This record gives sequence, C-alpha cells and structure tokens, in this order.
Amino acid sequence: MCTVCGCGISVDAEHSNNPGHAPGKSSHDHSHPHSPGHHHHEHDHLPHSHDDHEHDHQHDRTAGLLDFGNGRAGVHIAGMGQERTISIERDILSKNDAFAATNRVRLQNARVFALNLVSSPGSGKTSLLVRTITDLKDKWPIAVIEGDQQTSRDADRIRATGAPAVQINTGKGCHLDAHMVGHALDRLSIQSGSLLFVENVGNLVCPAAFDLGEAHKVVVLSVTEGEDKPLKYPDMFAAADLMLLNKSDLLPHLDFDVSACLAAAQRVNPRIRSLTVSARTGEGLAAFYSWIEERAYAVADPVP
Amino acid sequence: MHEISLVESVIALIEDERRKQGFSRVRAIRLKVGRLGHAEPEALRFCFEAVTSGTIADGAKLEIESVPGAGWCSACRRTVPLEERFSACLHCGKSYVRVTAGTELRLAEMEVE
Repeated sequence: MCTVCGCGISVDAEHSNNPGHAPGKSSHDHSHPHSPGHHHHEHDHLPHSHDDHEHDHQHDRTAGLLDFGNGRAGVHIAGMGQERTISIERDILSKNDAFAATNRVRLQNARVFALNLVSSPGSGKTSLLVRTITDLKDKWPIAVIEGDQQTSRDADRIRATGAPAVQINTGKGCHLDAHMVGHALDRLSIQSGSLLFVENVGNLVCPAAFDLGEAHKVVVLSVTEGEDKPLKYPDMFAAADLMLLNKSDLLPHLDFDVSACLAAAQRVNPRIRSLTVSARTGEGLAAFYSWIEERAYAVADPVP
Repeated sequence: MHEISLVESVIALIEDERRKQGFSRVRAIRLKVGRLGHAEPEALRFCFEAVTSGTIADGAKLEIESVPGAGWCSACRRTVPLEERFSACLHCGKSYVRVTAGTELRLAEMEVE
C-alpha cells in the first residue's frame, strides 16, 4: 500500500498490468501512469516495460528487509464499450491463495516445515522464537521470516541466535500476505530440511484470512490477556491448529483462569490443541517441541 | 483493516477479467460476503471508494449480498441456521455445529461498459 495516500495494492499476480510508483526509498525499477485523483508525483519516473517483471525488490535500507509500505497505485483505462453484466464468481482471496499454493509447493520441494505464528502484539512471539531457536538449533536447521509494520528489531533479535532471518515491513499493512512471503523466501538463504517460523504482524484479526503457504497456524495468547480472547476473536482461533498459552510464569500473580481459556478455544475450534508455556522459564516448551517434531519429521530433516 | 487488502484483491480480479473480456469501465460490483467469514461489510464499504479511486473500478457502485451462516448439527442430523461460528444448535441447544455455509467472500458479478 502507498504510504503517502493509502492507495495502491500489495498483491499482484504478474507484476505486469499493475504499474507501481516508488515514492522515496524503494528502487522498484518501474514508474506508474498518472491517474485522475492521484495527486502526488514527487518521485522519479523511469522508463520501463510492463512486460518485464524481473524487478528485484532491491530496497536500500538494510539487507534482509523487504518493505511493502511502498506500493503501487492504480491504472486508468480510456475508451468506451457496451454496458453488460459479467458473472465472475471468484473467491476474493483467490490471488493470495494462489501465491500461498506456490509457496507451499516450494517449501515442500525444499523439505521445509513452516509454521505461521499469529497473536496480538505483546504476547511474546519473538521471545518464544528466540528460546525455541536456542533450544532446537543444534537439532534442526531453522530460518525465520519476521513481519512488522516498521523496524527490523525482531529480525535483529532472531539473527542474534545465529538463525537466518528476513524482516518484512508491511508499512500500513496489518498482516502478511502470501505474495510478501514469496519474496521473503527469495531473500532467505534457507537450508533444505529446515524448520521455518513466520512471525506474523501482531494482530488478532486480519492475519486469520491470509494463507501464507504454512503447514499450520499457531496462535500465541499470553496470560496477561483476557481468557475470553478466543470468543472475542474467533476467526484466528478457528484458523489455528495449536494455541500456545504463553507467560505461564506470571500466573501466580494474575486471576487468569486457564481452564476457562482452554474451554473458550475449544468452543471456537474443537480440533485446536493447547499447550501452556513460558518462554521465560521454559515451562511447557518440551511439549511444544514435541508437537513441532511429530509433524516436522514427515517434511524436514534433523541435523545428522 | 484487512478489508483494504480485500478490495485491492477485488480490483486485481477485475483487472484479470478486463484482460479477458475487454471493457473500459466498471459501473457496479456485486460481492457475496458470508456472515461467518473474515470480512465486515461496513468496513468494505468504508474503504471501497478510497481504494478504487484511480483504478478501473473508480466510481463503481458496490453491492454486498450478505450470506447467512448455516451448519450441520450432528445431534439433530440436519442443517441449522448459525448466527456465530461457535454457536450451539438452535434446535437441540447442546451440540456443537460444523459450519457449512456463511464463510464466502466472493466477487459474484459486475456491470461493465
């Protein structure tokens, strides 16, 4: 999405008919036509071919940073035709789902087991990942894709563990989509047989709708949030296969009712598995690692 | 506000269709939005004008058909209406119901010229 006016699109199948604009930092080597009502033109317009979609998202901030905050504007088509009604009946998410299917095939071919971690901001996803990587890195090759609106702080924390990480900045975007993740996979030097963790933008609503090509969505909920969160945000808990109830070390100081929370999650999604964990003390993490490994062995390879 | 992305996806589908069918303007767009799905009709309407501005769908009228939820009750062994994803059966009141309708999010048709 355009960070200047909020217009523009983030998902485009072919990069062929949606010319973009590049305000400021991006060096997409294409410009965009001027359409009525679109009013900021302070960026350089470079000649380009719409048939050439080999542009390579070379953003010049930081290595390993993809910034989707600088998006494309619309197009204007001249001419007149006859009025008619066209029946389409296509799923609105079909473009995203097609990218997700491509990602899924690509991950399978590389024998990579991918998890999409979703939660509200502050649930402890990054701390959980840092701990998980530290505990599992001698056993599995691990890579991470980090999604945030701004900054590469999370990817920096992950890289400090020694695992390769790519940061996607979504700009005004509230979720990762499969197209962004496809580009992140281009950037990530991911070893065959790896575990891949995708840390989504902290948001308990929007990421639920967007398949990224992962094997499973894992929803992280911390005990400092309400135990009725699964009922208040049912889409996310319905989309996830595992709920991690994090920060269990704080339970003695809180009135949080664990069994009520687990019951709420089960009510929204009778198939969801739940584990109570603490990224800080390590409590319950052995069960999380077992959950991962039971599924990962079918796809990825442990370090010999 | 992922509804912005959803409207952007609608524009991408319309662009696909324009390449196949050749039209220059979209007068109306009809969406089918399930009541148990991921999109809020009011939020779609709210961002529609801003997101379509300057695109092939600039000025198009947005019509949203709200599709009611339904599910299969394994106790009653029949399809029952569903107001919320995790509601109990309206008839027997005890069993959990498996969602069978109301999660759609589709571009149904459009008027073009």
